[in-house]
Amino acid sequence: MEINRRDFLKVSAGGGLMLASTLSPIPALAREPKVRLPEAVGILYDATVCVGCKACMAACKEYNHLPPEYSTPGSVWDNPLDLSAKTYNIVKLYKNGAGEVKDREINGYSYIRRFCMHCVDPACTSACPVSALTKDPKTGAVKYNKDVCIGCRYCQVACPYNIPKFQWDQAFPQIQKCELCYHRMAQGSYPACCEFCPNGGSIFGDVQHLLEEAKRRLALEPGKMAAYPLHRVDSREMRHRIVTPYQKHLFGEKDGGGSQVLILAGVPCDKLGLPILPDESTAATSETIMHSLYKGMIAPYVVLGALFYIVYKNTTKQDLP
Amino acid sequence: MKGKNRALSPTLPSHFGLVTRRDFLKFCAVAAASMGLPLGMGVKIAEAVAALKRPPVIWLSGQECTGCTETLLRSTHPTVEHLILDLISVDYHETLSTPSGALAEEAKQKSISDNKGKFILVTEGAIPTKDGGIYCKIGGRPAMEILRETAPSAAAVVALGSCASWGGLPATEPNPTGAKSTQEVLGDKFKVINIPGCPPNPYNFLSTVLYILTFKKLPDLDDKGRPLFAYRRLIHEGCERRPHFDAGRFALAFDDDGHRRGWCLYKLGCKGPETYNNCPAILFGGVGARSWPVGTGSPCFGCSEKGVGFTAPIPAMAKLEYSTLTGAPYKTEEGGKVRAGGSALRLTPPTSFAPIEAPAGHGASVATVGVLAGLAGAALGAGAMTAMKLGKKKSGSEEEAGKE
Repeated sequence: MEINRRDFLKVSAGGGLMLASTLSPIPALAREPKVRLPEAVGILYDATVCVGCKACMAACKEYNHLPPEYSTPGSVWDNPLDLSAKTYNIVKLYKNGAGEVKDREINGYSYIRRFCMHCVDPACTSACPVSALTKDPKTGAVKYNKDVCIGCRYCQVACPYNIPKFQWDQAFPQIQKCELCYHRMAQGSYPACCEFCPNGGSIFGDVQHLLEEAKRRLALEPGKMAAYPLHRVDSREMRHRIVTPYQKHLFGEKDGGGSQVLILAGVPCDKLGLPILPDESTAATSETIMHSLYKGMIAPYVVLGALFYIVYKNTTKQDLP
Repeated sequence: MKGKNRALSPTLPSHFGLVTRRDFLKFCAVAAASMGLPLGMGVKIAEAVAALKRPPVIWLSGQECTGCTETLLRSTHPTVEHLILDLISVDYHETLSTPSGALAEEAKQKSISDNKGKFILVTEGAIPTKDGGIYCKIGGRPAMEILRETAPSAAAVVALGSCASWGGLPATEPNPTGAKSTQEVLGDKFKVINIPGCPPNPYNFLSTVLYILTFKKLPDLDDKGRPLFAYRRLIHEGCERRPHFDAGRFALAFDDDGHRRGWCLYKLGCKGPETYNNCPAILFGGVGARSWPVGTGSPCFGCSEKGVGFTAPIPAMAKLEYSTLTGAPYKTEEGGKVRAGGSALRLTPPTSFAPIEAPAGHGASVATVGVLAGLAGAALGAGAMTAMKLGKKKSGSEEEAGKE
């Protein structure tokens, strides 16, 4: 019945060896990071251009049929305080000190629009056990299928941006998030937030073009007049304005494995509530660990074998029939 | 019913000679509508006006531009000749009176003594008070003196226009003549009805006069002495350009693309969000849609609001209602405006933004934890006691069984 020290050490060493033999070739097993789809579409949000009018929030609610969210007395105005199951898109305000100058970190202020980043390698689709969240193979929009969802909310935990929201107040709740207006794109249109942005703060387009446009803006000289397209990156409608200084960081180009939503700002992105992420996506990291552990089912068999051995060693003849 | 029939019979009393019955009822219905009264109330107003001798009105002028008189002359329901000859008896009016000089003064004195306690006193223009009020004299006497002398005999005092209501243009800094409003000159013992505006809408004035005649009392007034039926809501609340404000579409310069498309004038300095008046609802001049400043593309300059019109710079943007995150109304530097009906009635959208860090819930408070722990302890204790009793009973019955 008793397990002696010698046997215990023997088993431990054997199991450890086998575990080590499976874990050691991690680089060979690493899940290849996903790359941008050739026809992926996205949104470029430029906080220096945004005037904080919230027209995108109003349009988002209208075209996604979302109910208002009250936070002021009288239940009159839709005024959400954060993303929720009723709000896919929100304009937040960063303010420091006196908040005098727009897009300045100290004693300045900046708007920041938060919605689904539509990651190149999304953690939510990776974490979803039933593939209720999927990445559209063509546009790359992260879509949700309510008929498959089991309500486990792994996606909420997985998302580095805290985007998927759960309908806590519903009897049959769903996950709610921005789906890049795929229903509008199916009709040949584009996301409502970009169509109704009056100032060119948010523009829609192919991610490749958006990346080029963002890099063009980063190269602009502050104080000079420049043209900014309205609504779409390939739009002929332009808005001319004086360039304000940018932080030389295109958020979403590489952050967290890259995303189809790109953000430019005059204030460091971590001040605007965006997370600091490594270039490798969390999905790639976690899947590498998982795939290594279960490669060829070797590790599970080893553990099972070890358990069998312990049970066998501890079984005396009296226990047998 | 008999009286009513007589009052509204096709042959109106003799002093209605120039007004047709149809025109007269139309006017009363318009007046009722602008007061927010049901249409049937028009009949009651008609009765009140028809039954009375034409209500006498004494019209005093101070430092003014005659704009308020002009606006009254431009009322079309009824036209001005019907109004002053048939509906109200303007016994003294410096601009409209046919007699002048001593004759006019005599007519005024006669009307005041004949109609003591019955006439309605209308003041137009601010009253200079500096140096004994010598900066505005009528018939050799300061306007301030005339007003103080006339007001005690009046049934009601109506201050027409921004100058009479709160000083208006003459009271603008540096205010060289010490111009003051009617209320300030008369003091607190008089309740002056203010009809501010530059010019005020004639229907707001006529409705007020008819309200007093019909109901024999003053209409409900707000904290600035303005009739609530006309000044209850912000111009912003009824503005035809409001959807553009809500959608973030603003004209940024006169004659730019947005201005030509009829977008919101807020960024051009429109004071609609802080000015109470009914301009967008009843319009001016009776010439149809858009016949009011914002409708024609000119930003509201806040003429009917003290501290806004003639005070705030015309291009300055209006202060919007501001709610803090907890929903408490933000106190402005004036100490916070409180409207009749409470701040919740103000329908200006919040200008607050969501913070970067989402408001997080707080953990359970110490009191909650204490109460819950107490309940849990009680439940545990009760359970333990029950179990102990159960055990005792069982052992007792076993003993009995053993004895047998």
